[in-house]
Amino acid sequence: MGGKVFAVLVILIALASAVPIISHTFLGATVAPPEDISTHGAEIDKQMDETMIEAGLSFLAAQIALGFFVWQFGGRKDGPVKNFPGGAKYLVVAAVLLVGAEAIALGALGSKAWAKVYFQPASADALPVQVQAGQFAFYFRYAGPDGKFGQIHPDKIDEGNSNFFGLDPENDIAARDDIQSGEFVVPVNKEIHLMMHAKDVGHSFYVRELRIQQDFVPGLDLSMHFTATKVGKYEIVCTQLCGLGHYNMKGYLNVMSQEDFDKWLRSQSNT
Amino acid sequence: MSEAQVHVAHHGPPTSFIRKHVFSLDHKVIGKQYYGLALVAVFTGMVLSWLMRIHLVWPNAPIPGLQFLSKVGAPGGVMTPEYYLSLMTMHGTLMVFFVLTNAPFAAFGNYFLPIQIGAEDMAFPRFNMMSFWTTFVAFLILIAAFFVGDGPPISGWTAYAPLSAVGGDSGPGQALGQTLWGLSIFVFCIASLLGSLNFIATTLDLRTKGMTLARMPIVSWAWFITSCIALLAFAVLLPACLLLILDRVAGTSFFIPAGLNVSDHLQPHQGGSPLLWQHLFWFFGHPEVYIAILPAIGIVSHILICNMRKPMLSHKVIIYCMMGIGFLSYMVWGHHMFLSGMNPFSALVFSFPTLMITIPATIMTLIWLGSLYGSNLRINSASLFCVGFISMFVSGGVSGFFLAQPSIDIYLHATYFVVGHFHMVMGVAAIMGVFAGTYFWYPKMTGRMMSETLGKWHFYLTLIGTYAIFMPFHYLGLAGNVRRYSAFTDDFLVPLIPVHKFITFAALFTGAVQLIFIFNLFYSRFKGAVAPPNPWECTSLEWSTPSSPPPFDNFGGQHLVVYHDPYQYGVKSSTGDYLMQTSPERAGETP
Repeated sequence: MGGKVFAVLVILIALASAVPIISHTFLGATVAPPEDISTHGAEIDKQMDETMIEAGLSFLAAQIALGFFVWQFGGRKDGPVKNFPGGAKYLVVAAVLLVGAEAIALGALGSKAWAKVYFQPASADALPVQVQAGQFAFYFRYAGPDGKFGQIHPDKIDEGNSNFFGLDPENDIAARDDIQSGEFVVPVNKEIHLMMHAKDVGHSFYVRELRIQQDFVPGLDLSMHFTATKVGKYEIVCTQLCGLGHYNMKGYLNVMSQEDFDKWLRSQSNT
Repeated sequence: MSEAQVHVAHHGPPTSFIRKHVFSLDHKVIGKQYYGLALVAVFTGMVLSWLMRIHLVWPNAPIPGLQFLSKVGAPGGVMTPEYYLSLMTMHGTLMVFFVLTNAPFAAFGNYFLPIQIGAEDMAFPRFNMMSFWTTFVAFLILIAAFFVGDGPPISGWTAYAPLSAVGGDSGPGQALGQTLWGLSIFVFCIASLLGSLNFIATTLDLRTKGMTLARMPIVSWAWFITSCIALLAFAVLLPACLLLILDRVAGTSFFIPAGLNVSDHLQPHQGGSPLLWQHLFWFFGHPEVYIAILPAIGIVSHILICNMRKPMLSHKVIIYCMMGIGFLSYMVWGHHMFLSGMNPFSALVFSFPTLMITIPATIMTLIWLGSLYGSNLRINSASLFCVGFISMFVSGGVSGFFLAQPSIDIYLHATYFVVGHFHMVMGVAAIMGVFAGTYFWYPKMTGRMMSETLGKWHFYLTLIGTYAIFMPFHYLGLAGNVRRYSAFTDDFLVPLIPVHKFITFAALFTGAVQLIFIFNLFYSRFKGAVAPPNPWECTSLEWSTPSSPPPFDNFGGQHLVVYHDPYQYGVKSSTGDYLMQTSPERAGETP
C-alpha cells in the first residue's frame, strides 16, 4: 500500500486541475475567456498562453514526478538507498538555467506589452474623457465644444442635483458645456485618453475585454489610454475594495460607431 | 558565536500552578500556549470562511444564529454586504497573524528550537513569556471588534488608506472597529519583535558543545532565518499602524490627501499619500508571507529526512535557498502594487526579483523530489503531510509565476486567481507543514502517539478537499472573477455561480474533515498509545531528552555534547540505521 494511494490521488488531482483550466484558456470551454477588443490585448493574451504552457508543463511534471517517486519508494523497507543521478549539482544547474531563461524571456516579452500600455503617453488627438470613481458609482465627463474641463470642487458635489463632479458653471466658464454621463460612451477605433479621479477612497477601473485595469489613487490624477476595436457594451467593474457597495460598483463601456457617438454627444449637449 | 555554554536562561523549576501553566517562563509551555491560541484562531477563521462561502452562493438566505453575533450585521440572520466584508477582514487578519505567524514559527519554534540546539530554555525567558501574553492581548483587542457597535472593519486585512484612515465616514465598521484593528496589529508587532529577538539570540548564543551552526537541523535554520526576516518586517508594520491610528484619531494626514468628499463629508486632512500606506504595508507584507512558509519548509524537510531514512541531496543548498528567499523577499513588495498608480517603470523593477524567487523555490522542490528518489520513505501521517506539502507548494508557486509578470497582472490582479495563489501556499501548504509537525512531535510533547488511522484519513480527505476548494479559484480568476465581492451580480459573474457552489460544498466538507484532527489531538492525549522515547528513530536533539514530555530544563541537568550533523541516516550503527547527534560513535559528516 505504502504511498500508492497518495501517488494515484496526486496524479488524478493534477489532471483534474489541469483539464478545466487548459480547456478554458485554449478552447474557451465552459465559460469563454473575454474577447479582446483592445489594441494591446494580443500581446497580453500571447504572454498568458505562453505562461500557461510553461506553467502547465512544470506543474504536471512536478506532480507526476512526486506521485511516481512516492509510488516507487513509499513504504519501501530496507531497499538499496540510491542517490539521484548527479546529486544536487545538476538539479541546481537545471533550476537556475531553466527558470532563469524562462523568467528572463517572459520578463523581456512582457515588458513590451506593459510599455505599450504605460510608457507611451496618449497621442495628441486622443479623445479626452474624465472618469470619477466614488462610493459606489463611476461618472464620466466629456469636455464639450470648448474642449476644456471645468474645475472639480469637492465641496460642491451634489448627487441629488446631478452635480457629480462638483462643477461651478456660474463662476467657471469652462464647466458650462461639460457633459456628465453615467455611461462610458466612446467611438470605436479612436484612441481615448482616460483621466482618472477619485472622489473619496481607493477604487479601480477594470474592463476585461479591454485588457485594462488601473487603480484610482485619491490625491493623484492618473491617466490611461486605450483604443476599443469593436462596437458593443462591456462591463466596467470596480476592483479595489471601497466599502460596502464595492460588489455593486459598476458601469458600462458603450463602444459606438463614430457617427453614432457624434449623435450621442450632440444629444447630451442638448439636455 | 561558537558553542558557548551560557547560563543566561537559567531558572528553577516552577512550583505554583500559575507559574507552571499560566505565566510560565518555560519555552515548552509558551510554545503550547502559542499552539493553543493558533488553534482557537484557526477554528474562528475557518468558521468565518464558511459564513462567507455560504453567503456568496445564497446571499439572501438567513444563517440561523448569525443575528446573535450581530443584530446590525445580520438582521434576521441575513448577512448584509458590509458584514460580509467585516467577516472577510477578520478572517484574513486572524489567519495571517494569529495562525500562520504563530503556529509554524512561534509555537513549534519556541518549543523545539532550544531543545534542538541543546539549550535549557530561550535566551530571555521573561521576554518570551511577555511575547506570548502580548500576542494574547492583541488577539483580545481584535476579537473585541466583533462586539463594538458598528462591528469589525470592512477594509480587508490589508486596510488600504484612505478607506481605513478617514474614520466612520467611509463605511460601517470603519470607526471603532478599524481603530481596534490598528491597535491589535500594533500590539502584535511588539510581541513579534520580542519573539524574534529571542530566537536570534538563542540560536547564536545558546548552542551546546559541538553544535556548530552547520550541525543545526534544517528546521532550526528555518526558524532562525524566519526570525531575522520578522525582526525587520514587523519593525516597519509597527510604525505604519501607529501612523494609521494617528490619522484616525489625532487629525494627522500621513495617508490622506486633500479634497476628499466621503459620504458628503469633506475630510479636513491634506498632504498625505495613500500609496505610502501600501508601500509600508507591503514592505512588511511580502516578507510576512515568507515568515509563514519558511518554518513549514524547515519542518517538512526535517520530517522527510527522518522518514526517508536518508539525507537530502544537499542540506547546504536548502539552507542557502531559504536565505536567498529571505533576502529576495525584501526586494519584491511592489509586485502587490503593479497597478496601484506608482511609477509604471517600478513594476518592471519589482517584477525581476519576483521572477527570480522562483529559482530558489524550484531548487528546493527539485532537491526534495530528487531526495525522495532512491529513499525508503516511511508512510505515516507526518510524512504524508510532507509530500502533500510539496504538491501544494508546487501548485501555489506555479500560479505566482503568472502574477509576477505585470502585463499578465493587468488581467489577473484583484481576481480570484490571486486568492487561489495565496491560499494554496499559505492556507494549505503552510498548514500542512503545521499538521506534519503536529503528528511528528506530538509523541515528544505529550508522551503519547496520535492515531495513525485517523491521521491518514485526515490527510487524504484534506488533500482532496483543499484542492477542490482552491484549484477552481484559479479558473474563476482566469474568467475575470473579481475578489472581495459580497455577491455576484455582474453579467459576467452570474454564469460562474455554479463553480462557487461547488467550492462552498468543498469548503464545508473540508472543514468537517478537520474535526477528525481535533478529535485525534485531544483523544490521543489521554487514550493514545504510550510513545517510546524516539518513535521515529530521528537523530536530532529533541529525541535525546530523558522523557516525553521533556523535563523543565529539557535534558535533566545534562549538558549534551554533539558529535554529528543530524543527517546520519542509512548508516550502520549500534542503534540501527541511524546515529543520534549525541552518539560518539563514528563521525561521518554528510554534504
